[in-house]
Amino acid sequence: MTTATETLEHHDDDHHDHKMTGIKRWLYTTNHKDIGSLYLWFSFIMFLTGGAMAMVIRAELFQPGLQIIEPDFFNQMTTVHGLIMVFGAIMPAFTGLANWMLPMMIGAPDMALPRLNNWSFWILPFAFAILLSSLFMESGGPNFGWTFYAPLSTTYSNGSTAFFVFAVHIMGISSIMGAINIVVTIMNLRAPGMTYMKMPLFVWTFFITAYLLIAVMPVLAGTVTMVLTDTYFGTSFFNAAGGGDPVMFQHIFWFFGHPEVYIMILPAFGIVSTIIPAFARKPLFGYSSMVYATSSIAFLSFIVWAHHMFTTGMPLAGELFFMYCTMLIAVPTGVKVFNWVATMWQGSMTFETPMLFSIAFVILFTIGGFSGLMLAMTPVDFQYHDTYFVVAHFHYVLVTGSLFSIFAGAYYWLPKWTGHMYSEKLGKLHFWCSLISVNLLFFPMHFLGLAGMPRRIPDYALQFADFNKWVSIGGFAFGLSQLIFLVVVIKCIKGGEKAPAKPWDGAEGLEWEVPSPAPYHTFSTPPEIK
Amino acid sequence: MTTEKYESYYVPDQSHWPIVGAVALFLIAIGAGNYVANLDTGEGIGGWLLLAGIAILIYMVFGWFSNVIDESMAGKYSAQMDNSFRQGMSWFIFSEVMFFAAFFGALLYARVYSVPWLGGAGNNLETMQVLWPEFLATWPLTKTPDGTTTEAMGWNGLPLYNTILLMSSSFTAHFAHVALEQNRRGALKIWLGITVLFGLAFLVLQVEEYIHAYSSMGLTLASGIYGNTFFLLTGFHGMHVTLGTIMLIVMFCRVFKGHFTPDNHFAFQAASWYWHFVDVVWVVLFLFVYII
Repeated sequence: MTTATETLEHHDDDHHDHKMTGIKRWLYTTNHKDIGSLYLWFSFIMFLTGGAMAMVIRAELFQPGLQIIEPDFFNQMTTVHGLIMVFGAIMPAFTGLANWMLPMMIGAPDMALPRLNNWSFWILPFAFAILLSSLFMESGGPNFGWTFYAPLSTTYSNGSTAFFVFAVHIMGISSIMGAINIVVTIMNLRAPGMTYMKMPLFVWTFFITAYLLIAVMPVLAGTVTMVLTDTYFGTSFFNAAGGGDPVMFQHIFWFFGHPEVYIMILPAFGIVSTIIPAFARKPLFGYSSMVYATSSIAFLSFIVWAHHMFTTGMPLAGELFFMYCTMLIAVPTGVKVFNWVATMWQGSMTFETPMLFSIAFVILFTIGGFSGLMLAMTPVDFQYHDTYFVVAHFHYVLVTGSLFSIFAGAYYWLPKWTGHMYSEKLGKLHFWCSLISVNLLFFPMHFLGLAGMPRRIPDYALQFADFNKWVSIGGFAFGLSQLIFLVVVIKCIKGGEKAPAKPWDGAEGLEWEVPSPAPYHTFSTPPEIK
Repeated sequence: MTTEKYESYYVPDQSHWPIVGAVALFLIAIGAGNYVANLDTGEGIGGWLLLAGIAILIYMVFGWFSNVIDESMAGKYSAQMDNSFRQGMSWFIFSEVMFFAAFFGALLYARVYSVPWLGGAGNNLETMQVLWPEFLATWPLTKTPDGTTTEAMGWNGLPLYNTILLMSSSFTAHFAHVALEQNRRGALKIWLGITVLFGLAFLVLQVEEYIHAYSSMGLTLASGIYGNTFFLLTGFHGMHVTLGTIMLIVMFCRVFKGHFTPDNHFAFQAASWYWHFVDVVWVVLFLFVYII
């Protein structure tokens, strides 16, 4: 009885203070929906910033020869573009979705540690302010690639390394705290009756991703710390003259870097596995096999890192081990792809924008997966290493994979977030413009890479000119298409057709049982799961 | 039962501490960046920004934790909340383990691969003869390929005393915890006090060891991969011991203020977990950095 009264009183408290308005609401908020929105807006701003840098790169590469920018600035653009898209656009977007949806999906009142949640977000803009400010410093910004290989980032760095290192430290702290919050929320705040194997797959994928983050972000912190001391304090971790080894940098970096790749794709699997059943109006073909496949991919991600390093002269046994382990990942990934296809098989499908993005995800991500398999073969990789083939590969998994899934998720849940339906017409326009331009942008890169065009070089041989022109045109078109998304979102926030609690008839999950827009506090008392 | 616990899950109101903490971290990062980037000239206000950031961070931690302690003392936290804290702390410690793993990884890589390879192991004989034909692969690496020499730190003497100190302190921390659970406040104060003293003694001896290394052994941060791994591993460990000691001192003060009951003492438990973690890291460190 006492508990019940306490709950009621507590309820009242909530209603008193959530009315805080203006800037303070956003600075001081402990509400998972507010923080989710902050993450999503921040990631979209970073997406446009990083996108602008990609436009600079594509403008320079439109023609052979140097025409617009200096090579050093070109290097800064490729570096900061990569860092922003990985740490500023994709990861915060997923964290934003997690913040918005996880508590609603598991019937929790909020994230488990709400103040920590606020801190995780608000340190991010500061970290990127530091990173971006280094572009305007005398020495210029980081120019060693987002992978910051030693000795480019140590012996040959331009003086921006210190700012880069401390900015990455803050991004890492943010990710670790965010991940701890996600893990604790899922472990501890599920509604009574929601066992692990009853959780929505979306929740599962974020659960596993959060574990990966907790395990590898500290390793990144260690890596950048060693880069810092090598650059400024005379250590020689990555310098053979002092007994270290530049290749050691690559081992430690990719021990972080490869799980990081899965950190950016596992949540995408979760989103697509939520949306496809909704629009195929069939339950997911094999829920438990999806859970096990996700876990297997997460486990394997820890023992494949050196496939990024086949050309560094590893011992043969190492090359073979990492080649076979990498190819093994194709098995659980194949389980997933077949699952999505089997879910659609004989479903009564409709093709609203979230579904279009999800289907495009399945096809295009699979292309990225196949090019990944090609790169996994050691002797073949000797040919492809550091060419545009690699660029094509990871953009297929990151743009048409992760980014498309984020768009799919955004369209899917926009009615729940805003209480309005988005414009289906504009959404479809966004989808088709993106789909066509993204393939024009990245598909020819495969051919360029196979023909030997190296990545991260501002100039190229004349025979690559035609493909590069088309790639650049695709790039500009893709960049412009994203502005349509901005229009859709703003229009949807401002008004539009009222959204019912459950706008998609095949959709399942607790988030559709609360009204649209979702009230500021949901599930202060947990629902019963049968 | 679970439902009842669930219903009273405490969701705090707006808090200004996180944004204060964000500003603090920003100042720390930009200050440290400026300071380090201008290390050779010593110019710039980086150092001051760094100090300001640290001061604000301390203010933030103090204010934030006061809020949490007040809420806890006011009985707003349910068993479920306590569980959230416990799980959060456990995963934080796991992330710390992975941070140390990066440096242990570097140490093992240097010892197993890079130093032997520089000495011509594997198929690297020709490379060695071209680059540094004089180089002798040994561990501890007392002479680097480019000729920097140093002495190796032995394991007996100060490091051994420190090992004994830290391992004993893990036991005393456990005794304090047992005393708390049995509600023997006197024993709790004594054991916790002894733990804090052991921690402080460890830090004093560690500083002593560093002074000895720098002044009479020629072992510095820049003495090649041996000095690098030695100082970064022991240094980061020392920073964690410092943090752990501060946590224990705070717990000591709270015990004197009458906080904690046999059933409700998450903060104490967290500090004690952290202390055991620091101890385990030291044991591994003692083994791989000093002995083997």
